[in-house]
Amino acid sequence: MKRCKGIQKGPSGESIITEPIWLQKMLIGVAVGFVILFLIAPLLIVFGQALAKGWGAYWEAIREPDTLKAIQLTLLTAAISVPLNLIFGVVAAWLIAKFDFWGKNFLLTLIDLPFAISPIISGLIFVLLFGLQGLLGPWLSQYNIKIVFAVPGIILATIFVTFPFVARELIPVMQSLGNEEEEAAIVLGANGWQMFFKVTLPNIKWGLLYGVILCNARAMGEFGAVSVVSGHIRGQTNTIPLQVEILYNEYNFTAAFAVASLLALLALITLIVKHVVEWKSGRHHSSSVQINRFKEGISHEY
Amino acid sequence: MRKTQSILPGFGPALGYTLTYISLVLLIPLAMVFLKTLTMSWETFWRTVTDPRVLASYRLSFLASFLGASINGIFGLLLAWVLVRYRFPGQRIIDALLDLPFAMPTAVAGIALTTLYSANGWFGRYLENVGIKVAYTPLGVVVALTFIGLPFVVRTIQPVLQDLDKEYEEAAASLGASRWQTFSRVIFPALVPSWLTGFALAFARALGEYGSVVFISGNMPMRTEITPLLIRTKLEQFDYTGATAIALVMMIISFILLLIINLLQNWNRRRMASH
Repeated sequence: MKRCKGIQKGPSGESIITEPIWLQKMLIGVAVGFVILFLIAPLLIVFGQALAKGWGAYWEAIREPDTLKAIQLTLLTAAISVPLNLIFGVVAAWLIAKFDFWGKNFLLTLIDLPFAISPIISGLIFVLLFGLQGLLGPWLSQYNIKIVFAVPGIILATIFVTFPFVARELIPVMQSLGNEEEEAAIVLGANGWQMFFKVTLPNIKWGLLYGVILCNARAMGEFGAVSVVSGHIRGQTNTIPLQVEILYNEYNFTAAFAVASLLALLALITLIVKHVVEWKSGRHHSSSVQINRFKEGISHEY
Repeated sequence: MRKTQSILPGFGPALGYTLTYISLVLLIPLAMVFLKTLTMSWETFWRTVTDPRVLASYRLSFLASFLGASINGIFGLLLAWVLVRYRFPGQRIIDALLDLPFAMPTAVAGIALTTLYSANGWFGRYLENVGIKVAYTPLGVVVALTFIGLPFVVRTIQPVLQDLDKEYEEAAASLGASRWQTFSRVIFPALVPSWLTGFALAFARALGEYGSVVFISGNMPMRTEITPLLIRTKLEQFDYTGATAIALVMMIISFILLLIINLLQNWNRRRMASH
């Protein structure tokens, strides 16, 4: 489990390529201090404030009907947007990692776009498209369909901001695996689906899991884009982050942090999954390197 | 369209599906910004995007994002160095925690930082004593933007530093270079492309950030109002065209940054490949 990071001990003498111990300790101290100040303190204060009035008040805040409604809406939003972006991510990664075609780099840039755009703009574009003054607004209001300032708008904005995650995780994984295994499956007579479910999917499952977890964390936690398209109606168009904002602005700090702690927990779970996935795929990587060395050894012998 | 023939199936359907999905979810909604701006005359557009309040918001957004990215540039380099080269207790936990700003919803980060730095918060209490106000000042905006940009520099430098061949350092040292000379003339130049990439990523992310900033900034026009918030305010006043004009300016800046980041990443890749 221990990685061999740290000071390398080589025959050429470690003293000339490392720093004096006092300097090392000082650098570590400053770095750890920065992390405590900027990462650990914000994390601690969320749970500290949430439990400031005890577990009773904590449960009371979470069991509040408006909060439960917000949790429901957030779950619904994630349940629609994550599967859609999962399918898109797998298809787009397959296309980009396995084939060479004209305009591939441009396509990659397009997939990255939602990362580069302010969340507020991600919400604004749906208001411009579906709002009353928007392009389709008059037509929609004729049929009494409400998209913006209602639940469909929240879901659309969430799909927009989360759509790169799965594709972005899978593309490097699929590229590093190469095409040989899938080509072998096709040559041996497998059809496309058999090849995908028996060869591709087992190889990419850890990257896929992490992409989905990231996508889900962002879908449940998105604030800026959703706040633009939500009608901010309590118990109806509020997601968990919007409920946090309302409670906080009403100076109901304990309840705000109690609800926020749910999202902070989700963030911690995301980090743990990431760590596990990195460890698993690291092992996978090293074992495939071993296999390659093994193959090289064989080809040298013959 | 296709450059080389492959026996793998699914090129056509995958291409069709990807392009359709991207058009529906991304391109058509984004085109709205351009369509809406076209309904404005050039003069109205120019007056809207150069209004003093808007200019003040650009200034704050740029300066605070630049400061935040610079703080991350310095501490990100230090963190990457300490995590790759040294070993200390709690290292793995710190390494794992570094991605927290990616995973933590911005609204949660916003209220947590505001509570820490407000006048009676854990940090604010002591800073107030020495006369430094963080919450509800431009400094608060810098703190929030430092938080959300924190992982970028560390995560772009870490792999490069890990792959850096120690032979060059040994050569420099045996030729009589001091440790500092080795760092500044041998190690740092090799890290520059990834360091700049990380800086640009943190800067680009900070420019568009909304959730973590709105709580801590206090949102005073001309003073602590960032550009994304101004767009939001205009939308709430039903000034859709005004909001869209400012959004277009921000989008153009984001695209230019994306282009710069892509160029930096290519430079980075070439450096990595030549090593």
